[in-house]
Amino acid sequence: MNRTDKERGVLMDLGHDRPQVPARARNLSPIVPRASIAGRALVAVVAMMTFLASITTGAVLLISASAAEWQSEVASEITIQVRAVAGRDIERDVVAVAEAMRTQPGIVEVRPFTKAESGKLLEPWLGAGLSLDDLPVPRVIIARLSPGTPLDLAELRRRVSAAAPSASVDDHRAWIERMRSMTGATVIAGLGILALVIITTIISVSFATRGAMAANRPIVEVLHFVGAGDRYIANHFLRHFLRLGLEGGVIGGGIAMLVFGFSESIASWFSGTPVGDQFAALLGTFSLRPQGYLALAVQTVLIAAITAWSSRRTLFATLDEID
Amino acid sequence: MAADVAPCNPLSRQRRTELNVVRFENVGLRYGLGPEILRDLNFQIPAHSFQFLTGPSGAGKTSLLRLLFLSLRPTRGLVTLFGNDVSQLGKDEIAQLRQRIGIVLQDFRLLDHMTTYENVALPFRVTGREESSYRREVIDLLKWVGLGERMDALPPVLSGGEKQRAAIARAVIARPHLLLADEPTGNVDPTLGRRLLRLFIELNKSGTAVIIATHDITLMDQYEARRLVLHQGRLHVYE
Repeated sequence: MNRTDKERGVLMDLGHDRPQVPARARNLSPIVPRASIAGRALVAVVAMMTFLASITTGAVLLISASAAEWQSEVASEITIQVRAVAGRDIERDVVAVAEAMRTQPGIVEVRPFTKAESGKLLEPWLGAGLSLDDLPVPRVIIARLSPGTPLDLAELRRRVSAAAPSASVDDHRAWIERMRSMTGATVIAGLGILALVIITTIISVSFATRGAMAANRPIVEVLHFVGAGDRYIANHFLRHFLRLGLEGGVIGGGIAMLVFGFSESIASWFSGTPVGDQFAALLGTFSLRPQGYLALAVQTVLIAAITAWSSRRTLFATLDEID
Repeated sequence: MAADVAPCNPLSRQRRTELNVVRFENVGLRYGLGPEILRDLNFQIPAHSFQFLTGPSGAGKTSLLRLLFLSLRPTRGLVTLFGNDVSQLGKDEIAQLRQRIGIVLQDFRLLDHMTTYENVALPFRVTGREESSYRREVIDLLKWVGLGERMDALPPVLSGGEKQRAAIARAVIARPHLLLADEPTGNVDPTLGRRLLRLFIELNKSGTAVIIATHDITLMDQYEARRLVLHQGRLHVYE
């Protein structure tokens, strides 16, 4: 909007006062002084929030992966239990049921557990060294299903009942349903925590931005006086907040990634203990897959972006108030 | 005495058509629910004109300057700036119009974290110009206002007079179409006051409309110019 260069000419003639030494390039001070923004506290808040968000996401990913593995393993098998009843030879019933199952389309492998193997399954409850000869221990037959081939469960049940009336078929549906609900609940809880973390981050950043704008109000007013638009002013503040958000995000996300990186080693310290074994059974090796680390990195960038976005929103609202 | 448009003045066609840079029609201003402090203002500021704005303390000179600078909106009436009805302007348009106006405020409003050079160069910087393109111009102007040796000093170590000269330099560096100055010679000695007045006159000769708000009769007597006198909220114009 200022006059063109042709129109400018010389505003005043300095004569001999004109400096003879060529002007040197100058390192210009930032429009918004870095020290005027309470950055350290904001970096700490963003770092903590990113850490919490990353731990939550990582845990949800671990549980989901383990649950999916469990589900696929359990869903690819069915179990037939043959109970001992008076007047029937259980060994013959087991063979008859196994034969009936082998002819059923969709089943690729049938493995009847021996009496000794069935007894071993009861060891955790009854202890070792107990004679099971006098006990009516039920026998278990595991059938592996062919992936992609539908199994006619009603037909299988009919055949199994015909072979041995005391036999029952368990397709693990109840287990799978329970597993699904547990995984679903974990994901929902994780998403809830993430939402809280993001909302807290937005609120913290908004307060920090308002504080920074209040501290720099004289600068904003002068920038308005010299014709700077809101976009120009906001961009200078935004650079600070984006940098602070990235710093905090990298610190929090980096620490969370280290935690997951070392979690396998930490888990190995506890292996052999009851707690360690239970966790290993539930969550596997505690190791996050490469996609998991990628998700954490994306989340870190996302939190930095949320910091910048909420800062920008507050900046424009505050600039409206100042003008 | 309204300044005539000099035939040899190197002005663009657009500027020549803007005969009045400012036009006030029945403008009134009140703060909140208080009394009207400016009433029925009707005047024009022709392009390339030079005028003093004067009046007793509390007459509303600073408020009138703020209206002219678009940092206040009138309570009533029509304000036209460079042919634009200011009530219809959006924020971006106001920012663009402000780039055509230079203002010197009584409290200087220099940025303490920037050197004198950077403060003066700020109007160029916010328009995105390269530092190398305006460096010579800024240094020349700082020499002219006697701040050649202080261009790397920060405002907190400048005297009141030096701050005032830096504020004036910042207001005139981009050669605005309209210059508003609120008591621009209040903190300087008479010799420097005359030098600064000469700067304003030079700027006016190059095409800028100048309004200087002052109490200083001596300053006004040094240059024959139109006088706008505010008294009891009303404006009297002496050509």
